Amino acid sequence: MKFAVKAWSNGKGRAGVVHCPQPIETPALLLTTRKGLPVFIPPDHLHSNLLHVSPLHFLEGISLKAISNIGGLHPLLGLRDHILVAVPRDSIISIPDHDSTNRIGASFETPCGRMLIKPAEYMEMISSMRPNLWVTLADEVPAWASEKRNKVSVERTLRWLDECITSSSTDGAVFGSIVGGSRVEERRRCAQEVARRNVEGFWIGGFGLGESMEERNPLLSAVTDSLPEEKPRLVSGLGLPEEVLQGVAAGVDLFDSTYIYHLTLGGFALTFELERTDTQITKYQPKSNSGSDGTKINLKATMYRKDISPIVDNCKCYTCQNHTKAYINHLLNVHEMLAHILLEIHNTHHFLGFFRSIREAIQEGKFEQFQQKFIGSRHEHLFSATLSV
Amino acid sequence: MALRFEILGRFNRARAARLILPHYECQTPLFMPVGTQGTIKGLTTNQLEDIGCQIILGNTYHLALRPTSELIDELGGLHKFMNWPRALLTDSGGFQMVSLLHLADITEKGVTFQSPVDGKPMLLTPEESIQIQNRIGADIIMALDDVVKTTITGPRIEEAMYRTLRWIDRCISAHKRPHEQNLFGIVQGGLDPVLRDICVRGLVERNLPGYAIGGLAGGEDKDSFWRVVAQCTAALPEHKPRYVMGVGYPLDIVVCSALGADMYDCVYPTRTARFGTALVPEGVLRLKHKAMEDDMRPIDPTCDCMVCKTYTRAYIHCLVTKDAMGSQLLSYHNLYYMMKLSRGLHSSIVEGRFPEFVCQFLQKMFPQGDVPEWVCNAMEVAGIDISSCSAPFSSLPNKVEDTQNQEVKQ
Ligand SMILES: [Zn+2]
Ligand SMILES: [Zn+2]
Repeated sequence: MKFAVKAWSNGKGRAGVVHCPQPIETPALLLTTRKGLPVFIPPDHLHSNLLHVSPLHFLEGISLKAISNIGGLHPLLGLRDHILVAVPRDSIISIPDHDSTNRIGASFETPCGRMLIKPAEYMEMISSMRPNLWVTLADEVPAWASEKRNKVSVERTLRWLDECITSSSTDGAVFGSIVGGSRVEERRRCAQEVARRNVEGFWIGGFGLGESMEERNPLLSAVTDSLPEEKPRLVSGLGLPEEVLQGVAAGVDLFDSTYIYHLTLGGFALTFELERTDTQITKYQPKSNSGSDGTKINLKATMYRKDISPIVDNCKCYTCQNHTKAYINHLLNVHEMLAHILLEIHNTHHFLGFFRSIREAIQEGKFEQFQQKFIGSRHEHLFSATLSV
Repeated sequence: MALRFEILGRFNRARAARLILPHYECQTPLFMPVGTQGTIKGLTTNQLEDIGCQIILGNTYHLALRPTSELIDELGGLHKFMNWPRALLTDSGGFQMVSLLHLADITEKGVTFQSPVDGKPMLLTPEESIQIQNRIGADIIMALDDVVKTTITGPRIEEAMYRTLRWIDRCISAHKRPHEQNLFGIVQGGLDPVLRDICVRGLVERNLPGYAIGGLAGGEDKDSFWRVVAQCTAALPEHKPRYVMGVGYPLDIVVCSALGADMYDCVYPTRTARFGTALVPEGVLRLKHKAMEDDMRPIDPTCDCMVCKTYTRAYIHCLVTKDAMGSQLLSYHNLYYMMKLSRGLHSSIVEGRFPEFVCQFLQKMFPQGDVPEWVCNAMEVAGIDISSCSAPFSSLPNKVEDTQNQEVKQ
């Protein structure tokens, strides 16, 4: 894996390219998967080649030996040219369970029950699955963890990092895990320690676990300020568009977001404007029953029953090119699986467009304006929505 | 009449034809997947085209409930609503009511039932069924018939058959779009050859664009099943399509095609996919089975669908019945299998090698030569020599009649 920063915003935000070996422009989104494939998007409709994979998903139904025999995840999933990034946690069905994590291994809540994963077992998964990138096993704690527990998590994560690297027999790029909960000193200490290790990039864990957006800023900065600029940074747990912008502003390059998954399950479609920074700010015209907050619409709403326009007028995705809001509204009403397929296709396409806009804004030196405008229009919308009630 | 039916080839009773419908030019014999609520579960319309689906079914009863036929009409018809450029067929709604609602009751006026929305008594008349189907706008619409279980005997069968004949006239006069939609009549009469004969002759007199053989695939024994099909196909006009309703097991389709039927529909391939079962030339493959865990072969090594070209049984095994993707991928393969079977029937008839095709099919499904007796009997009537792939009966122990439940052991 190679990484190069190509442009800086006025602050810490940066745009770059990860070669793995296929080039991926950053900031970039890792698509959420279930057992390696998107939850609903069928492989013949998959048009993004950067995917998040949780090795824990494969603990049921298929043996590591079988995965290894076929040559790892790429041939198993038929995604030979895709970049697969292994992170144990997925924020949906593989959730860090800090109460049960102990000195032996990290615990996760999964559909097959609670799983305690030891570093050696984890490395066996990695070497059988052969992802392009993988992160070391971490002890993630929530924002409310005690100072003592938080310190333990940092030490444990560093110890496991050394164990993972020493026992690694894979040619995938290793990203060292950084934790530290909601303590700036611990975040900094952990980041500095990991930065001294022989890793090709960094994974920032322990976010999206109960901290507020405000308290996250100093924590993120403490981490990224301690890391060398020339190595990529991946974060888990920042999913909302605002959170992605917050991460980008702090200098994060890669995001694994479950935002699309949750939107899709709820019947929501992303609709915010993907304009460039130099175009006019458009006024949002919220309707009281639109189920909209200015960034998304709820296609279950009755107002879409007869709406024969696509979700987003000029959207190039399969869903918008082929189907109307009325049809998706019907599919949601009758609980048909195609609703989720079409929504995941559109939402993924739209969110990837959002990342493209972010990269362009950084390249044009206008990231700060882009971020302000995005958040500003959200606030403006929420404000006018309040007034119209 | 809004169709043309051009026979391209024959083998005895079997025929391969071009069925030209308002929205698509189909090749028969053909299988129609069921898209109950305006979608085939878990597949995009793009994938359905890739797979080679020619006609898909919509269920009038479900569509009339949601999103309603009025809305479909207002938005330009079902083709436009679901963005399906090829042909569509809708059923009358009667069968769904009788099979889904315990409180459905049939009188001379129509089918009375309790509204699943508000519990009020409702009535579906032949006129109303046609009006709803006119609004939905499918290429083929079905007459409302008096549906009775094939396993029922006695005067009820006779009553239902005569009522079906009386209702067809009400359907014909209610049909407002005969130049855009084809009304098919449905032959009823249970397992009674005399009643079936009266019904066929009555319907043929009405000169409809096509005919369906109804009241089968409802649990009757296989010998009765194929005999009814054989009787009806022999009596129906040569130059019009024949549709055997609710039939979808590959073996049944091969047998009915040999007997001169052209069209089939069934939820089986997609429903069985959701339960983790794949259709393969040998019968079925249960992907849930523990033995699949380390099986690195594709579902069907002879299949060139997207799923078989990409995935191992082991990977599908870890998806099925747990993740949406499992049923999506299996449905894709199963429909691909049905379309490949349809194409195989069509081209083998056109190319004059239909018996070879049937023998190859039977050989894979019954490698021991234990072809069920009813299949042998049907093939004899169809004039297809299957002696090369079936052992004489005396030499075989008792056979499992229902091949669909046979496990593929590999
Ligand atoms: Zn779209
Ligand atoms: Zn296949």
